Amino acid sequence: MLNITVNNTQVEVSEDTTILDAAKKIGIKIPTLCYLDGLQSPGSCRMCIVEVEGIKALQPSCVTKVSEGMKIYTNTKKVRDARKIILELLLSDHPWECNTCDRNQSCELQKLADEYGIKEVRFPPVRERMPLDESTPGIIRDPNKCILCRRCVSVCHEVQGVDTLAPRARGFDTIIAPGQFDTLAEAVCVQCGQCAAVCPVGAISEKDDIDRVWEAIDDPNKFVVVQTAPAIRAALGECFDLEPGTLIKGKMTAALKRLGFDKVFDTNFTADLTIMEEGTELLTRLKKALVDKDKNVALPMFTSCSPGWINYMESFYPELIPNVSTCKSPQQMFGAVAKTYYADKISKKKEDIVVVSIMPCTAKKFECNRDEMNDSGVKDVDYVLTTRELGKFIKQAGIDFVNLPDEEMDAPLGISTGAADIFANTGGVMEAALRTAYEIVTGKELPFKGLRIAPVEGLKGVKEASLKIEGTTKDWRFLEGVTLNVAVAHGLGNAKKLIESIKSGKKSYHFIEIMACPGGCIGGGGQPRMTTDEVRQARINAIYKEDEGRKLRKSHENPAIKQIYEEFLEKPLGGKSHHLLHTTYTNKKEGI
Amino acid sequence: MTTKEIVKKYGNKRENLLQILHDVQNQNPNNYICKEAIYELSKEMDIPVSGIKGTASFYTMFSFTPRGKYIIRVCESPPCHILGAQTIFEAIESKLGIKVGETTDDGLFTLEGTSCLGICGVAPAMMINDEAYGNLNEKKICKILDQIQERERK
Repeated sequence: MLNITVNNTQVEVSEDTTILDAAKKIGIKIPTLCYLDGLQSPGSCRMCIVEVEGIKALQPSCVTKVSEGMKIYTNTKKVRDARKIILELLLSDHPWECNTCDRNQSCELQKLADEYGIKEVRFPPVRERMPLDESTPGIIRDPNKCILCRRCVSVCHEVQGVDTLAPRARGFDTIIAPGQFDTLAEAVCVQCGQCAAVCPVGAISEKDDIDRVWEAIDDPNKFVVVQTAPAIRAALGECFDLEPGTLIKGKMTAALKRLGFDKVFDTNFTADLTIMEEGTELLTRLKKALVDKDKNVALPMFTSCSPGWINYMESFYPELIPNVSTCKSPQQMFGAVAKTYYADKISKKKEDIVVVSIMPCTAKKFECNRDEMNDSGVKDVDYVLTTRELGKFIKQAGIDFVNLPDEEMDAPLGISTGAADIFANTGGVMEAALRTAYEIVTGKELPFKGLRIAPVEGLKGVKEASLKIEGTTKDWRFLEGVTLNVAVAHGLGNAKKLIESIKSGKKSYHFIEIMACPGGCIGGGGQPRMTTDEVRQARINAIYKEDEGRKLRKSHENPAIKQIYEEFLEKPLGGKSHHLLHTTYTNKKEGI
Repeated sequence: MTTKEIVKKYGNKRENLLQILHDVQNQNPNNYICKEAIYELSKEMDIPVSGIKGTASFYTMFSFTPRGKYIIRVCESPPCHILGAQTIFEAIESKLGIKVGETTDDGLFTLEGTSCLGICGVAPAMMINDEAYGNLNEKKICKILDQIQERERK
C-alpha cells in the first residue's frame, strides 16, 4: 500500500493505482473524455491532467500511477487553465450545433464546456466540413463532431473484434473511418451500435425514426401496434433519471398507450414462441444426430436472436450457417405474426397494420430491412426505435413518465412468461430454452434452484454448463443419460474465442447462445448511455426480479402461445411456422 | 513479386508492416497500394483491413490512388519555402498541367509536396523518385522534366 495525498487529503491506495482511481476513491472527480473504464486509457485528450508536486509538467491522471508520498492537486489554477484551453481547442473544430444535435444535454463535451464555463473559443476552426455517413439503416456517423477519442475504435476492435472503425491519416486530417472505405455500408459493420453506446459526443448515433412513427400514429387509416423488447423494461427508466435496473414495465405500457399506439404488445410473446420453435429445433437436431445417425445434421446449434451476431456470423463465419437456428429473432416473428394471425383476428388488412418495435439495439433497424423479412406479404416490422429514442419520444409527448400509473399490456400478443423476460440478458435464452426443452423431454421441471442455471449467468465472457438428462419420457428415450453441453458468449470478441475453441477441437457442445453485445441485450447499442458493468449487472438483476415475480416462468406454459398453436400455427416447425417464423442466412464473406 | 511473396520475405509479424507496404507499393506499376493488396495483406498478416489502412494512411509516402511512374516531391519545409518553393510548384504545375496530388494524363508524373528532404543547403529542392535536385528555378525544372519526357519517348 502507498500513502499519497490528493488535494491535501491523505489516502492509502494499492500499488498500480492510477491517480484517477485514487482520487475517485475519496470522491474527487477528475474530468475525462478519451478514458473509458475497463476499455481504454490512452491519455490522449489530456482533460484529466493534474499537478503533481515536484513534477514540472501536468500529468494525465488516467495513465499516471501513484508512488509513495505523491502529492497530487486536481484543482489548481494551472490545472483549470490548462483544461480550459484543451476544451477550447476541442471546441474550435467542433460544430456548434448543440441545439440540433442528437446528444444535446447528454454530450460529455457539452457538459464539460458548461462546467468549465467556456464562454468563447479563441481559436479558429481548421478542419473542413465532411459529409455524414448515413449509409446504413442503423447507425449515423458525423465525422465533424468526432473528437478523435477512439473509444469507438477500442470497442470495435477489442470488445467486438469486428475491426471496422480505425483512425485514418494524421494531424488535422485524422478521421475515424470504416476500414478501407468512406461509409459503413461499404465496409463490414455488424450494426451492433456499441460504438454509438460509448461515443462521448454526437459523432455516432442511431438513425432517428421517431418522426416516421409519429406519422404512422397520426394516420387514421393505420392500426399501429407496438412491441417492446424484454431489455427495455430494465433500462428505459434511466432516460428519466431513475436508477439503472428500475423496473418500469407498467409505466412504459402506460406511456405507450398515451402516445397513441392502438395496441401495446410484447416482444416477450414471440420470445416464448421462439423457445417453442428453437427448443423443438434443437431436440429435432439431437434426434437426427443420435437416433438417425444423420451425419449432415449440424451441431452445435447456435441461437439466432441477436441480429448483430447474425451479421457477424454471415461475414466472418459463414461456414456456421447450417449450425445457426433457422428461427427468426423474436422481433421478426412478432411482425410476421401480427400481420397474419393477429390481422385476421381483428379483421384488418396487413397493409393497414404498422408494427413498431422498441429495441435496445441498433442492429434491429438493419434486421427489419432485410429482404427475408417480408413473410407476411408486406414488410413484417415497419419501424424500430431504440430505448433512447423511446425516451425522447415520450418526452416529446409531454408525458410525466415517472408519475404514470402501472398499466397492463394487451392480449393476446402482450401475454408472456418469465422465460421471455430473461431473453434480455446473457445466458437468458439458454435458460429459457432449457426450462422448456428439459420439461418436454423428461416431463419434470429443470433441476436447478429457482429454475436458474447459475453457471450460464453473469458477466463472464464465455460460460458453459452441462446437464445430464435423466428420467426421459417414452418419446425421448434416446436422450436418456445424455449429458447436454451448452455454452454462452456475449460480446462478439468472446463469441470469436468460443467459436475458435470449437473449431480447434478443444471444445464440443450441443447448444450455444450468442449475444452480440456485452451483457446481452440489456447492454445493447441502443440502451441509455453509459452502460458500465455496474449498470449491466443492475439491469440483469432487475430482469431476474421480473422473471421471479411471475406466475408463469416457462414458455410452454404461456396460454397465448398454446392458443396460437391451436388456432393458427398447428405445431412447432410446422408448415406455417416454417413460412412465417423461420428464415435463411447469406454468406457475406465474399469480397471481404 | 506477389504480395504473398513480399510478406514471406519479411515475415508476417506486425512490426514488418511498413517495409512490406513499401515493397507492395513499389512493385505496383502505378506506384500505389491497391485495395486488393490491402485485403491480401490482411489475410496474410492477420491484421484487420482497417488496421492496415489506418497505419498506411498515417504516412504520406503511401498512396491509395494510382500515381505516375515518376513522383515529384517538392519540399515544403521552411528553408525551401523561404527560397521560393511556391514558384517551384507553380513552374511544375504550368509545365505539366497538373495540380498537387494529380497525375498527368500520360501516367508519367505525379506532383506531391513533402516535408524536409534534408538538403536545405541547396534549397529549394525536390526529389523525383529516388533522385534529389537542388538550387531549383523554373528553367532548371523545365530542363529536368524535358529530359525525363525525352527518355520515356524513346
